Amino acid sequence: MTVRARAVLGYGLLVGIGLAAPFLVYPVFAMNVLCLALFASAFNLLLGYAGLLSFGHAAFLGAAAYAAGYVTREWGLPTEAGLLAGVAVGAGLGLGFGALAIRRSGIYFAMITLGFAQLVYFLAIEIPWTGGEDGFQGIPRGKLLGVLNLDRPLVMYYFVYAIFLAAFWLIQRTIASPFGHVLRAIRENEPRALSLGYEVSRYKLTAFVLSAALSGLAGALRAFVNQFAALPDLYWHTSGNVVLMTLLGGMGTVTGPSVGALLVGVLENYLAGLGSWVTVITGTVFVLCVLSFRRGIVGEVRALVKRSF
Amino acid sequence: MVPDDLLLETRDLTKDFGGFLAVKHVDLRVRRGAIHALIGPNGAGKTTVFNLLTRFLSPTSGSIWFEGRDITRARPAQVARQGVVRSFQISAVFPSLTALENIRVALQRARGGTFRFWRSDRVLEGLDGRALSLLADVGLEDQRDVAAVELPYGQKRALELATTLALEPSLLLLDEPTQGMGHEDVGRVAELIRRAAAGRTVLMVEHNLPVVAGLCDTITVLQRGSILAEGSYAEVSRDPRVLEAYIGAQA
Ligand SMILES: Nc1ncnc2c1ncn2[C@@H]1O[C@H](COP(=O)(O)OP(=O)(O)OP(=O)(O)O)[C@@H](O)[C@H]1O
Ligand SMILES: [Mg+2]
Repeated sequence: MTVRARAVLGYGLLVGIGLAAPFLVYPVFAMNVLCLALFASAFNLLLGYAGLLSFGHAAFLGAAAYAAGYVTREWGLPTEAGLLAGVAVGAGLGLGFGALAIRRSGIYFAMITLGFAQLVYFLAIEIPWTGGEDGFQGIPRGKLLGVLNLDRPLVMYYFVYAIFLAAFWLIQRTIASPFGHVLRAIRENEPRALSLGYEVSRYKLTAFVLSAALSGLAGALRAFVNQFAALPDLYWHTSGNVVLMTLLGGMGTVTGPSVGALLVGVLENYLAGLGSWVTVITGTVFVLCVLSFRRGIVGEVRALVKRSF
Repeated sequence: MVPDDLLLETRDLTKDFGGFLAVKHVDLRVRRGAIHALIGPNGAGKTTVFNLLTRFLSPTSGSIWFEGRDITRARPAQVARQGVVRSFQISAVFPSLTALENIRVALQRARGGTFRFWRSDRVLEGLDGRALSLLADVGLEDQRDVAAVELPYGQKRALELATTLALEPSLLLLDEPTQGMGHEDVGRVAELIRRAAAGRTVLMVEHNLPVVAGLCDTITVLQRGSILAEGSYAEVSRDPRVLEAYIGAQA
């Protein structure tokens, strides 16, 4: 019950901040944070609940961005179809990577996912239509359901926000579902789960595909927000960044990754004037955080609340 | 074919770890309804036999038959779903889950539908009644909301046993269920096993000879990967080779 109460509290806080955000900060900035928060939450489903550290999630985010851009700009499909294309590409890549990677665990799993992601990165450089270093530009935001003009910042913002909330709800629901319980059991003691008759690799693969599909959704959404897809989305930095956001906020907590994404987003945005020092500062913050509160921000707050009640 | 009263049989079972034969040409026969002990000095290959039977390891040669079916190539989870459920030498619980949740993980599997990630966990509450009665059977009803990691060792083992029993296995494989326990806990667990054995078959690795003597009807002695002797406790304990190999090595 307390778990549920805390989830509701976290949810309430997020909803409040999210509704007010476009009046407090630049909508484009807020939308980018939401996309990263969704990305980190999807990643956390895998790391925090299935115990699998992927180092290739950039591939799902980036490839979905290109896919969403391609079907809308080149084929003239509506925005909704672009999002679906992103989800499908994320899920498809996830199925491919996952089927091969989940046979290994720990560092080998991470390395295989990294290898695949780099492969996608180099493919994107080679394929002509991606625009190479210039990126894939001029992605139309389109009209929602053919009526609501998404070029208007506030409309776009609330559209992104609604999708974020829906996806966040699905993730939270997955964590709490019977499936989520099995995932946690596998993370806690894999041989035992196997000896109870669970086909462990199928659960891991399902979690991997779910996480990849939702990362694809985040990538597609971001392509519409920024109206371009670019190579850095696919680069391993992005895979590292999502690990960082998740650990900062608190892996294995429902709201942690969003908090981590917000923190990283704020640091990168408001320190942008400092050039490459941003990386140094983010890195320092990360090291300090990991050293002083290992459970991440939300994880520490949760432990504090637990101790004092 | 496998005679009817045999639940489990291995034929010429062999496991080679890179040149080291941990299990050598083992023909093990476990009768339906038996409480069968597998004993032997440290490193005799007992755990390896368990790992082979549950398909955590693949045999180098030989075959494994359960209920007259060849399970030599089955997947571990398949074997478990057919009713062969093991416990581990080192206690195996889900540490951060509560005692109740530990049991539910097992009950949930039997119930099915565990891939539906969009379902609410409220469906699991329907399992609580059964889970509580399983906890009560092992004397853990007051620990239902305690995380498994916080339970003392004896209770962890009891929880593990209750989780295993939740699956109602037809063959229970117990790897040293009383290892590292105090005198009182040993008695309690032995009693639990006796009760659990009603209506099922048990194959257990056990170093505690009084427990073996009190519980088991058949004993197989393993030494350096091979079967050294087999029979009732009275027979085996008189066998001079066993005395030399097993009791001698223990002293
Ligand atoms: N995965 C493995 N790779 C190589 N050797 C192994 C492996 N597993 C077990 N062995 C070796 O096989 C032999 C039998 O080990 P096993 O664990 O089956 O013994 P045991 O009878 O269960 O002993 P104990 O009473 O100490 O539990 C030991 O010499 C062990 O070192
Ligand atoms: Mg052993």
